Amino acid sequence: MTAEEDTVKQEAQRILKRFSRKKGNLIPILQKVQGKLGYLPREAMLEIAQFLGIAEVDVYSVVTFYNQFRLNPPGKHSIKVCLGTACHMKGGYITLDAWKRRLGIDVRQTTSDREFDLDSVACVGCCVMAPVTVVDDKPEGRVEPTKVDGILLAFEREREEGKGSQ
Amino acid sequence: MTEPAAVASAFQEIKSRAQSRWQELRNNGKPVILVGAATCGRAAGALEVLQALRDEVKKQKLDCTVIEVGCMGHCYAEPLVIISKPGYPPICYGHVNPVIAEKLIRDFVLGDDPCLEFVLGALEENDLVPSFQDFPRAGYEEKVILKNCGLIDPEQIDHYIDGGGYAALAKALQTEPVAIIDEVGRSGLRGRGGAGFPTGQKWQTCRSAPGKPKYVICNGDEGDPGAFMDRAILESDPHSVLEGMIIAGYATGARYGYVYVRAEYPLAVHRVQVALNQARKQGLLGKNILGSDFSFDIRLFQGSGAFVCGEETALIASMEGEPGMPHYRPPYPATKGLYGKPTIINNVKTLAAVRHIIQNGAEWFASIGTEKSKGTAVFALAGKVVNTGLVEVPMGTTLRQIIFDVGSGIPGGKRFKAVQIGGPSGGCLPESALDLPIDFGSLRDAGAMMGSGGMVVLDEDDCMVEIARYFLEFTQKESCGKCTFCRLGTKQMLEVLSEITRGQGKMEDLEVLTELAEDVMTGSLCNLGKTAPNPILTTLRYFRDEYEAHIKEGRCPALMCQELIAYYILPERCERSCDACIGTCYVEAISPNKQRIKVIDQEECVKCGTCVTSCPPQYNAIVKLSPPSKVPVSKK
Repeated sequence: MTAEEDTVKQEAQRILKRFSRKKGNLIPILQKVQGKLGYLPREAMLEIAQFLGIAEVDVYSVVTFYNQFRLNPPGKHSIKVCLGTACHMKGGYITLDAWKRRLGIDVRQTTSDREFDLDSVACVGCCVMAPVTVVDDKPEGRVEPTKVDGILLAFEREREEGKGSQ
Repeated sequence: MTEPAAVASAFQEIKSRAQSRWQELRNNGKPVILVGAATCGRAAGALEVLQALRDEVKKQKLDCTVIEVGCMGHCYAEPLVIISKPGYPPICYGHVNPVIAEKLIRDFVLGDDPCLEFVLGALEENDLVPSFQDFPRAGYEEKVILKNCGLIDPEQIDHYIDGGGYAALAKALQTEPVAIIDEVGRSGLRGRGGAGFPTGQKWQTCRSAPGKPKYVICNGDEGDPGAFMDRAILESDPHSVLEGMIIAGYATGARYGYVYVRAEYPLAVHRVQVALNQARKQGLLGKNILGSDFSFDIRLFQGSGAFVCGEETALIASMEGEPGMPHYRPPYPATKGLYGKPTIINNVKTLAAVRHIIQNGAEWFASIGTEKSKGTAVFALAGKVVNTGLVEVPMGTTLRQIIFDVGSGIPGGKRFKAVQIGGPSGGCLPESALDLPIDFGSLRDAGAMMGSGGMVVLDEDDCMVEIARYFLEFTQKESCGKCTFCRLGTKQMLEVLSEITRGQGKMEDLEVLTELAEDVMTGSLCNLGKTAPNPILTTLRYFRDEYEAHIKEGRCPALMCQELIAYYILPERCERSCDACIGTCYVEAISPNKQRIKVIDQEECVKCGTCVTSCPPQYNAIVKLSPPSKVPVSKK
């Protein structure tokens, strides 16, 4: 077992201690583990299956059924493009295209430098600000292709300033 | 039943304590500033405004309270700030930014200038500023469920109790449970999640069903894209939902409750959690509520992003740790639900209405609305409409009144084309259906459905084939895969629609679509599949000419389908000395020709439309053409 796998296992066990061994706890457990690790690595899922006394495949089937769970590590910044009705009609799909092109990745992928991950979301309920992109949990309203560049530029600045101060 | 007097005095104690604490904060001559900071407000920058206000208050060493509230429904003017200053009516300001915020503090709170230029409206009628009551929409709106939203601090139970909160619970606990079910039944309250099942009947079934413990679940898995009413209520007035749940628990004899909220609504999750802790601390939740022998506790469950979980049996499956797949009904959850026990599942708005029915009586509630649909309907108005936001109107109001009187019509002088109601299960209704009075029955007859209340207005720039394709893409992705017809039928329909939007459709496709739609409706277990074809059927019924234009001419009449349009710069209008479009095109598809007239390289163009926005209005040189073959061949 690698050191990374070992930490995953330990983290999972730490979280599991707070739950009872009831199958109804499966989704809350998965949410907590993903909240901590950012995704659901194989070792964590194995650990959860063992803890709840259910088949490993049952854990996997729940993880892959729900949109919230991810199997690969997220980037440092998460970009979620809203594709609700209002956002779609106001050009959310064009915004998504812009993100894809700028980041060079597809939906549900992470950039190779692990700076950004890109995802789409059904609706964040900010339809009046359409088209919306949720950047690191903060909904940004009226994100059109030019604003995509603006947001990326702000991150770039931040990174350069961070380097400068070191 | 416990001694009613004991409950009454226990509640009185809580109430006077809450009132004195709240009054102390509020009514001692200090100005109070409310900032609308629900998710929609935050997306518009409400948190920055809040910070600016707090900083300025500190800087000026002012003694005034700045409170974060929820959503008032005037989402088009976010961020909103309401200032109540003694001597003035409470005034609401719209489109506030940090600079305006500082000015408001300096000029109005500190000085005497109410900054009329930023005023949206006053909350009360007065001689100084126009009030919301003077707005045309005031004549149509009737706020019951949304009454508190945006005006109370959702994280302060004192504020809720001060405004009459939990009085309905105290009243209910002094009544026999059967009498409460009877009251709710007589009020004519029907499920606000879309299906419109009579709430009283559901409660009665659960009460008489054998098995213990019983459960009450609040369905806040608002998955419809384009709907945000439940989010707004949970974020702005969570206690009203909890109060409804506790009353439901008492009436049906339940022991536990769950609030099921989507994980995509982190702020709602947070506020419900805060509300639960506060209610528990006050003895309004837990063992022996208000000293009665009724015990009830509520927990929060976060949904994990599956649209189908809005269906009650799928929702229960997800709470039991299974993939969210629906199962056959009956047995209905009211007799056999969570862990096989009788379970009430009600929508957020249904539960939020309960306290008003208990407080004001069934007759009062039944006097609002139409014969078969009582009470008010809450809609989330979005899309191409001027006043986007939350709307609450009596049932029976017409679509035209909502869109044109409450919503102030279509922006930019565009023409109304359709209104999409009920999300992926609903349909698109054209101009001719606008005079329909809204209730559960009328919308179904027109081919749409009430759904949970999302209303997206579409104008002449929106393609009806594309919107049908969009919804099919959604339902196809969200289909859980249990029923063959839903799993494969939606996929097939999506492919056909995609071909039409790419200009590769055939006239026979329209028959195939209708046929498949019927099969999917009959062959699906739950409402996701049963209603998935609605967007196709309604668009085919009302906008068949658009389908035909796509198929026969390869033309998108609304100039929306990307494969069927091209952007073109009119040489006679292009100004030689202007390079605005070149700079904004981020795929570098625009270049000047020898005469310095700008030309779009159609191979490179990604059709994002940025150049259209950048072209100065006095030239207005860039147009969309469909079919793309209309673009003249340019000489390099």
